[in-house]
Formats: sequence, C-alpha cells, structure tokens
Amino acid sequence: MSDLLFTNARLIDPEAGTDEPGALLVRAGRIVDQGQEVGLPGEDVTVIDCGGKCLAPGIVDLGVKVCEPGERHKESYRSAGRAAAAGGVTTIVTRPDTAPAIDSPETLEFVTRRAQADAPVRVVPMAALTKGRAGREMTEIGFLMDAGAVAFSDCDHVVANTKVLSRALSYAGALGALVIGHPQEPGLSAGAAATSGKFASLRGLPAVSPMAERMGLDRDIALLEMTGARYHADQITTARALPALARAKANGLDITAGVGIHHLTLNEFDVADYRTFFKLKPPLRSEDDRTAVIEAVRSGLIDVICSMHTPQDEESKRLPFEEAASGAVGLETLLPAALRLYHAEALDLPTLFRAMSLNPAKRLGLDTGRLGAGAPADLVLFDPDAPFVLDRFTLRSKSKNTPFDGGRMQGRVLATYVGGAPVYRRD
Amino acid sequence: MSFAHRHLLGIEPLSPRDITAILDLADTYVALNRQADKHADVLAGLTQINMFFENSTRTQASFELAGKRLGADVMNMAMQASSIKKGETLIDTAMTLNAMHPDLLVVRHPHSGAVDLLAQKVNCAVLNAGDGRHEHPTQALLDALTIRRAKGRLHRLNIAICGDIAHSRVARSNILLLGKMENRIRLIGPPTLMPSGIAEFGVEVFDDMREGLRDVDVVMMLRLQKERMDGGFIPSEREYYHRYGLDAEKLALAKPDAIVMHPGPMNRGVEIDGTLADDINRSVIQDQVEMGVAVRMAAMELLARTLSAGAAT
Repeated sequence: MSDLLFTNARLIDPEAGTDEPGALLVRAGRIVDQGQEVGLPGEDVTVIDCGGKCLAPGIVDLGVKVCEPGERHKESYRSAGRAAAAGGVTTIVTRPDTAPAIDSPETLEFVTRRAQADAPVRVVPMAALTKGRAGREMTEIGFLMDAGAVAFSDCDHVVANTKVLSRALSYAGALGALVIGHPQEPGLSAGAAATSGKFASLRGLPAVSPMAERMGLDRDIALLEMTGARYHADQITTARALPALARAKANGLDITAGVGIHHLTLNEFDVADYRTFFKLKPPLRSEDDRTAVIEAVRSGLIDVICSMHTPQDEESKRLPFEEAASGAVGLETLLPAALRLYHAEALDLPTLFRAMSLNPAKRLGLDTGRLGAGAPADLVLFDPDAPFVLDRFTLRSKSKNTPFDGGRMQGRVLATYVGGAPVYRRD
Repeated sequence: MSFAHRHLLGIEPLSPRDITAILDLADTYVALNRQADKHADVLAGLTQINMFFENSTRTQASFELAGKRLGADVMNMAMQASSIKKGETLIDTAMTLNAMHPDLLVVRHPHSGAVDLLAQKVNCAVLNAGDGRHEHPTQALLDALTIRRAKGRLHRLNIAICGDIAHSRVARSNILLLGKMENRIRLIGPPTLMPSGIAEFGVEVFDDMREGLRDVDVVMMLRLQKERMDGGFIPSEREYYHRYGLDAEKLALAKPDAIVMHPGPMNRGVEIDGTLADDINRSVIQDQVEMGVAVRMAAMELLARTLSAGAAT
C-alpha cells in the first residue's frame, strides 16, 4: 500500500484541542506524522488535496443498534456499515439489545463474523450484562470478553434488582470490564412517552419526571462506591443529573457519561403534533435541559456524544404516539447534526471530536479516535459548511426513521478512511 | 360566516370567533330540537361514520342523533369488536374506511393523538370524539353553550374544574376553551390528579376544595375513573368524597346562583352528591346532554360547509 499524504487540510485534533491548517501522512494504514510540516513521504505516495476542508479522526459511535440477529429487515451489518462510512463513523460499537439479545459467546461470535464479512468499517461489539437482558442472572462476562466484548449493557432495560446489579458490577469490576448503564428509575419511568411538563400535559401523553434520570444515576453511583466497577452512563439528558455526575467524578469514581445527538439538537416541542420519529428513550427534554447538557459536553463533564442509532421500520412508527416504537437512526446524520452545534457557536470542532472520537475510543481502550503518530488512519474528511436538505429516503440505513427528515443541515462528509483505505467517497 | 377548519380535532386550533360561530349556530339547533319536527336536511346525501375504539354510550348516541336530524346517512362501527382484534393497524382501518367515501368521520380512541394520525390519512372531515387524555372538543363546546345559556355570557366568569384533571381530556379541552374566552379558571383536586406543568397553564390550582369553590360562578365536576383507585392516586373513595366530592355544604361557598355541571356518567357518592346532581335549581347536567346534540349538529354542519366549499373550488 502506498503512502497517503493529505495536504491543504484543516486538521481537527481533539487531543491537542487544535483546529489548524496542515498536512497528514499515512503509511501502512497508520498515521506517521501530521501538522504544518510533515516528514517526507516515501517514493510511492498518493497525494490528496483536501482543498482546505476538515480532516478529523473518524467517529467512534458508542451504542449503535444493528438488528442482527433477529430483525435484519430493519438494519443489517451491511446497511449499517455503509451508513456509518457515509456518516464519517469509522468504528461502530454495537448494542446487544437485539432479538435474541447478544448474551452468549456463541451469539457474539455470530455477529462478529457477520460484521467482518459485511461491514466496511470497524465493528466492536458490546454484550448484555444479564441473560436475555432480563435483569436476573449475569452473563458469562469473562468468556464474552475473550470473544471480543468491549463493554456490557442491558441497554434500555434497567437492571431493577439492585442486588443483581451490585453483583454484576462487582464481578465485572474484578475483570476490568466496562459496564454501561441506562440511568432511569424504572418504576417512575414505566409507560412514559414524554417528559413531564406543560407540553406533555397538553398533548395528554403519559410522562416521566426528568428526576427519574437523576434517581437512576444516584443509585448506580452508590453501587460504584460499593463495588469500584468501571461505569459509563449511556445517556445523561437532564440538568438535574449533572451535579451528581460531577460529584461522582470529583470523588474519583471510574465513571463517564454520554449523550445522544438528538438530545443535544432537539427538544420536547419538536414532537409537535405527535410526530413519532421524535419518540426517543429517554424522551426529548426541555430546552433548559438541552442547553445544560451542551454546556456539560463543552466542559467535559459529559464525555461522549453518540448517535444512539436505533432503526425502526415504518410499521413500528406509524402508530398512535404511545404505541409507537422509540428510537431514531443516526449513523449518517450524527456529524451534520453535531455541526449544528458548531454553527450555533455552542461547541468548537475539537470539542465535538473529543466527544465523538477521542473519548469513546479511550474509554473502550481502542487505539483510534485521534490524529497522533501511530494511530490507525481512521479519518473523516468533511466540508463543515456545505448545506443540504435531508431526504430520509436517501439514507443508507434500511430504516429511515430520522427526526431530521426535511431538515436543513450544514456539513457533508466528503470521504471516510478506515486504516488508510477509503470506505466512502462523495461523488 | 366562515369556518376555516377541515377537521375538529381539538379546541387548541380554534379562535374565539370560531367558538362563537359554533355556539351561535348550535343555539338555532336547540330551538329546532325542541320542535315536533326536528329535521333540517343540511347533511342530506352525506355519509357519517362513527368509529368508537373505546366504549361510549352517550357521546355515540349524541353524534348519531345529530347526524340523523341533519339528514346524513349514519353508520356506527364498534371498533373493539372488529378488525382491531384481527391485528389491523389504525392506519389500515382508516384507509379502508376512506375508500368507502365517507364525508364525516367521528372518532374516539384510547390513545392521545390517534385521531390526529387518522385525520392525516383520510379525505373527509374528522371530528374528535375524545382521544386518550388529549382533547374532547365537542364536550367543551357543549359545556360552553350550557354556561352561555345559563349565565348569559361566556367571559369573565369564575369557573372551577374539580377532580381528576390529570387523566381528563374533558378538562384539557375546557381549560383551553374557557381560557380563550377569557374566564378565570380554577382547578381543584389532589396533587396526584393534577397534570405536570400545571403552573404554566394560566390557571389557579387548589388542593383545598372549600377554598377553591369560594365565589365561583360555575362548578364543573369530573368523573373519577374507578381504575385510578388501583393506581394509588387516591387512598379511598370515601376519603375522596369527603375531601373532593361536591355536596350542598361545599357548594354553599360558591356564588348563590352558581351552576353545577358534570360530563357524565356520574359516580353518585364519589365525586358528587346524588341529591345535588338532581337539584334542578343548581344542576344543569341534563341541559348539557341536550346541548350536546345541538353543538354536534352545528359542528358537523360547519365542517360540511367547508367540505362543499373545498369541492366547489
């Protein structure tokens, strides 16, 4: 493989926190140098003139649902992989909330094989924390780690039995496994389709207090104090949960937190007249919560931004709001949506890529997500200003349930590279 | 007079002028309905289908009678008994009915927003006969007509709505309508039966019924759903009746000419004293039923006019 030299680029380096013009040299699939001046390329070199566009470490999307096994008509490894490549996502970290759940080494090996055969981007799997995500017995965490599981989560099924969770956390802690929780008080949030408040009341929707998130987080933090486990909260979406998270971090617990892109760019009013593509779990929050959570990403209190990619077919969404399925696809829209925050001057590009690439990779122990010498050449080249109107039927995902349908977006991926090899190029 | 709405899905999109237009027309139908010959054939040739996905006796009967008096061909479909049981989705049901070319579709559904969803998929006019906890616009309109006829006006009144506000679509539609017409609204009930975000509704909230009823012109009682007892919203029926049931003693705190309303069906001895409910000097509950037919006739006539105006252009 010849050397790759990216010239005339706007380098977004989340490690250094810089956004500067420069060049980047790739040899044998790895970054060897980058900056204003780079070392000499070998004789066999391909030069890519970036035309002043942004070159950033590829996105590591923590918490993607690919619907294999069980619901391949909603999303397969092939369709998810192509969507990821087109969205500048170079690593997808898959969720185990499939049907059946990915809760045994055998199922994990099956999906790993499927991913290797079909997906053009890197796929690293998570596994369920309890068998069948039923919250009763822990899975074979050791065997699953041997089979390649990078984290353990029951996804939106909260392990309601605190004794079960404390044992799972203790056991996982001893193995150094990362546990990903969904902070929600399950009794309080049962049946909810919206966040409580005037909007939910006027629409007559069953609603949950934003406080349920803080309660769930408080419990999990107390369990971390007991067990010393490694923990990541999948989505922190409310202002009320942030002080608890800050205290836990200040107390030295091994805790990080993420947030889905939709909670950073939309609020409860976007549901408008019962638009089910805006039905998410947890439900969209108030504008005050949205701005507080953006600030937490800026300050680094919230570590990770992810797409929470959740494919749903038309039939599961074309229902009355309460009955409709939750979730939205996001692999292809994560970057353009995140760029809304950049254009609104809420977050700069190094901060965005710290949360989308660097931090999730670090948390999972992956060597990617950065532009430093030695890192795999997982890269996304994008034009942050290119405007377009999103048509959901152009998405590569099999499911088209995006809340941004018809939305005005700004920012397009031009090319995506995994290990120095192009996996997507915009024509 | 123009009524620029294709559907009647809720009170929310209506202007005070729209509301007045419906009530004015309804007044003429009250007069008609008291005559021996109750027919006005303004809907002759049109087809009205009543789709009730939730049990209803009085609302369905009221809509049926309203349609028949206006000369429409009325069909009732009990949806629980039909295709829903076979797994057909709401949208498929709507498309199927749409192919039969109805002109007016009257829909009740247990889920909030379901009637809006259905209205997006059909070509005819849709009337919401109650969706989940969202809206029940014809109930609010008939309540408004009852108040206007009893009090001589529909503004600057002190109106108390009492009981299970949280789960009540009647309460939501009434809060919206009475607010649009510039009345002072008080909500009375235990905090467990108040919706969230109530402070932003532009209403006064009381958990003490005696305090809340002081000097009101209108007392609207809501039905307490029996299933709320299981949900732990209130401790018992008898404690609820003691604190929030309307009886003569509590009503004495309201204005001497205050009227008592209830959307029915009543739980006597749970939210309202039986004798009080039957007191023709205070209770207008039977008037509400009468106004219901008139208001539904008016709403359907106005929507039918919009339909024919649309067909003409």
